[in-house]
Amino acid sequence: MFQPGKTLTDVNAPSLQARARAVRARVLRMAHAGRTPHVASALSCVDLLVALYFSVLRIDPANPEDPNRDRLLLSKGHGCMAQYGALAERGFFPEAVLAEYARDGGRLAEHPGPHCVPGIEAATGSLGHGLPIGAGLALAAKVRGANYRVFVVLSDGECYEGSVWEAALFAPVLNLAGLTAIVDYNGWSAMAPTRPAMEPLAEKWRAFGWSVREIDGHNLESLASVLAQVPFEPGRPSAIIARTVKGKGVSFMENDLEWHYRPPNDQDLQRALLEISG
Amino acid sequence: MRAAFVRGLTAAARQDPRVMLLSSDLGFKIFDEFAHEFPGRFLNVGVAESNMIGVAAGLALGGMRPFAYSIAPFATLRCLEHVRNDVCYHKLAVTIVGLGGGYSYGHNGPTHHSLEDIAVMRALPNMSVVCPGDPVEVEPAVGAAAAHASPVYLRIGRAGDPVVHTGPVHFEIGRAITLRDGCDCTLISTGNTLPLAVEISDRLRAISISCRVLNMHTVKPLDEDALHACAGETRALFTLEEHSRIGGLGSAIAEWAAMNRVSCPLHLFGAEDAFAESTGSQAYLRALCGLTVDHVADTIAARLVASC
Repeated sequence: MFQPGKTLTDVNAPSLQARARAVRARVLRMAHAGRTPHVASALSCVDLLVALYFSVLRIDPANPEDPNRDRLLLSKGHGCMAQYGALAERGFFPEAVLAEYARDGGRLAEHPGPHCVPGIEAATGSLGHGLPIGAGLALAAKVRGANYRVFVVLSDGECYEGSVWEAALFAPVLNLAGLTAIVDYNGWSAMAPTRPAMEPLAEKWRAFGWSVREIDGHNLESLASVLAQVPFEPGRPSAIIARTVKGKGVSFMENDLEWHYRPPNDQDLQRALLEISG
Repeated sequence: MRAAFVRGLTAAARQDPRVMLLSSDLGFKIFDEFAHEFPGRFLNVGVAESNMIGVAAGLALGGMRPFAYSIAPFATLRCLEHVRNDVCYHKLAVTIVGLGGGYSYGHNGPTHHSLEDIAVMRALPNMSVVCPGDPVEVEPAVGAAAAHASPVYLRIGRAGDPVVHTGPVHFEIGRAITLRDGCDCTLISTGNTLPLAVEISDRLRAISISCRVLNMHTVKPLDEDALHACAGETRALFTLEEHSRIGGLGSAIAEWAAMNRVSCPLHLFGAEDAFAESTGSQAYLRALCGLTVDHVADTIAARLVASC
């Protein structure tokens, strides 16, 4: 077993809020430089990922292939700018690697490839894949007697996929307590509000046999404290419905589907960076 | 071939504790002994093929060697994108087992026929496509798949498939097996048409045509050395498969011939590009598309005469 990275216990380490600001800035710069979409989807899950990478996951950036490491799968692969930014912040690879995002010959695509950089556990991008894979990883831990845990971050739009619910049926039957699903519930799919189809979302997961908590997906302290409590019940997989805001942190991007598609231009970038640093 | 699969998997599981079996609610009673001998290593995931493939990928990422088992169209087409992204893209040691290749599920109808699986599976990067020719080959094929570090599609028959090999067989993924020698032409078969191929060769021998039988049990990667030898040593190549003529063994060999400027004549025997219009047994449906000893032997004889 390895220990959490030193920065976590260092009293001089930046706060979770400072980490989240740094990751948001990276997201904005990547989307701007790469001229790519999905900036609002990435901003939506920054706080979830920061809480996981800096407060919850038992991982060691110096030993990214440790067989006993906790696994985090970003099933909403289109939000990967947030994951790339968080992994760089956590020290999995040098900052300079981020310049390879959406660049010819680079390692960082707009949806992550398998082990494209240390810390990426699975290729995602097509929705509905992360939870079945995560269930398999959690099952492997059980079969092999390993004690790593698996966290899967899904989008709410992703919950339209049937395979999400196939896995949701499966995990409780196998008592996969090592598995936690976190729904980044920002209320939007690519073209429409999701609530009419998803509500009551927590009840759906509960009915499938998951132990469910609903929380504010942008409150880093409460995220860290709730995530530290998994499994919420012995022998059951945990689901967290994290209420989030699409485009969180940049006022003119929040809850505006335009920013599911539009890359920030020079002026957008400057305005956005000012807002998140404030 | 189904019983042979269970025997092969049992042997593989005894040898390698990473071997696991997932089924999407197929295989009533046949896995009971396996489940008993290897607690926790057999799992009926329910009627949910996409989840089964994703779970298999996760198991492989976690260090296991899972086999994912269902009727061929469900194991391949229903969950195709999960096979592509989760298994092939990650290049994982997962074996997908397609039961009932071709018309094995005859009267079950076209929903259960599998005439496109080889085409689709071989189009996927990192995927090897293995179609044993008889129950004897299935056992070592399962062992070879379990030892393979990257994805395998294992296409087997159903129950009651005829036995061709009279003794144990050396089975290596990517290495074709010559069943009958011959110098006039080569009949190349994959999967459950192997017994038919041997019968056809015997029929041709009776009319003084020396027909080599090459069992190309691995459609991807093709055994190119064996193909070059057949194209150089015999006058014509014929392919035989219980699969659409689009995209299967015949197509793979036609692609190989085109890219290698092989001038040896090539003719494809396989299923029509059509769904069966009436219900029928495997034998009936084979006959509808000419996959019979009479039709294939007569066609080969006529072609050889025409090319003299």
